[in-house]
Amino acid sequence: MIVITPNKCDFCGACVAVCPVDCIDLKEADISIRHEVCIDCDLCANICPIEVLEPIYDEK
Amino acid sequence: MMKSSYDVVVVGGGPSGSMSAKLAAEGGVSVCLLEKDRDIGYPVRCGEAIGDSGLRKFVEPKESWFAAYLNSFSMTAPNGTSISADFTADKGYILNRRVFDYDLARLASEKGAEIYTRAYVYGLIIEDGFVKGVKLEYLGEKKEIRAKIVIGADGVESRVGRWAGIRTQLKMKDMESGFQYTLANVNIPQNRMDFFVGKTYAPGGYIWIFPKGDGIANVGIGVSGTYSKEKSSRKLLDKFVKEKFPEASILTTVCGGIPCDKPLKNPVKSGLILVGDAGHQVNPVTGGGISSGMTGGWIAGQVSANLIRKNKLDEKSLTVYTEWIHKEFGKNYSRIYNIKNAISQFTDEDLNSIADKIKKLPRDKRTLTRIFSTALTKKPLLVIDVIKVFAGI
Repeated sequence: MIVITPNKCDFCGACVAVCPVDCIDLKEADISIRHEVCIDCDLCANICPIEVLEPIYDEK
Repeated sequence: MMKSSYDVVVVGGGPSGSMSAKLAAEGGVSVCLLEKDRDIGYPVRCGEAIGDSGLRKFVEPKESWFAAYLNSFSMTAPNGTSISADFTADKGYILNRRVFDYDLARLASEKGAEIYTRAYVYGLIIEDGFVKGVKLEYLGEKKEIRAKIVIGADGVESRVGRWAGIRTQLKMKDMESGFQYTLANVNIPQNRMDFFVGKTYAPGGYIWIFPKGDGIANVGIGVSGTYSKEKSSRKLLDKFVKEKFPEASILTTVCGGIPCDKPLKNPVKSGLILVGDAGHQVNPVTGGGISSGMTGGWIAGQVSANLIRKNKLDEKSLTVYTEWIHKEFGKNYSRIYNIKNAISQFTDEDLNSIADKIKKLPRDKRTLTRIFSTALTKKPLLVIDVIKVFAGI
C-alpha cells in the first residue's frame, strides 16, 4: 500500500498525472489516496520529486 | 456572485486558462474561471523562461513581468566542458510568474470573465455524451455550474480530461520529475541561461540555472520518470547546489511534474477542450510550456466563442481546435518529441565528445550554421537540433 506523509507534500500533482487509475485526490493543500481503487503500481512513489509517497508492503 | 450557468467554464487559472477566458470573453460569450488554489499565480511551479516572440504574439510585454533579460545560453556536458552561444533569432526573459499570471487573469477579467479562487472542481456534469458543466466545492459548499463548453486548463494533473474519457495519464518516460529552488546569493551572469546535461547531473533531463536579478536564480532539475525511482530529483539537485552554490540561501522550494509528451492527439470531447499542460502542450525537449499553453488558450477561447454562437458543441465540430493546434505548434512538437527520444539514447561519453568538438570552434564562429557544417557524424547533427530547440529558433 502507498503511504503518504502529508506534511512533507508540496501538493504539486506529479503523482496524480501518472496514476493509471485516478485514485489520488488533490486539493490546495490536501492529498489523499482512495485505497480501494489503488492498484499498488507504485508509479506515484517513483515520480514524486521529494519522496512523499512510500510503498509499504507486508512481507509474508 | 457566482452564477449557476455560463457559456464557458475554464478550470484552472494559469496562463493557459487565463488566455482561454480572455479570448472567449472577447468573443462575446459569458465566462467563468475557477482556480483551486487561493491565489492566481502561486505557487509558481515553473522555471519561468520564455522567448520574446512566443510572448509578444499574445500580449504586449510589460517590464514588471521580467526578472531578467536573456541574450545567451550555455550547456555543460558531464565532463565539465561548457559551450556557450548567443541568441541570434530571438531574445528571452525570465518571468516573475506571480506578477505575470496575475496580469493575464486581470486582462481576462477586464474582458468580462468572472474569476473565482479556492474553487475546487471535483467532477463533470455529463449528459447524453456531452460535457455540460462542472461540479465544485466553493466556500465550503458543493455546487454545480452548467456550461456549453468546459475548458480544462487544470495543469499536469489533467483530471478534467480523464473524467470525460480522454486518456491524459502520462507514461513515466514522458514525465519529468521536477524540483526547483529559488536561491539568493548566487554569483552568475545575469543575461545567460545555463543548462547541465547528462546522467551524472539529471538522468533523462537537465539542470537549469535561470537568473532572476540581484544574485537570485531559479535552479532546478527535471529527471525522467524512467530514472526518478533510483534517485529523487531533490537528492540530485541538492548535490548540485551543495557543490556549485555552497553560499546560497533557499528562498523558495517548489516541485512539480513536467509533461514531455507529444501534444494530445485528441484534446476534445463534446462540450470539452483541454489546453496547456492538461493537453500536453509542452515542448518535449525543453519542458517549456508557457507560450504553447498560451497558444492553446488563445485558440480554445476563440473556437469556443465561435462554436457557441453557432450552437455546435459536438466533438466533431470541436476538432477545429485540434487542427489549429496541430498547425500552430503540434506538428513541430511531434518532431521535437522524436528528437527527445533520440537524445535519450545518448551516454555521458557521447555528450562529452560532442561538447569537446563544438568547443574547438571559436565563439564568434560558433554560429549554428558553422556548428552544423563542422558536425560530421549523425550525433552532432542531432545536437544542432537540440540547440535549436533550446534557443527557440
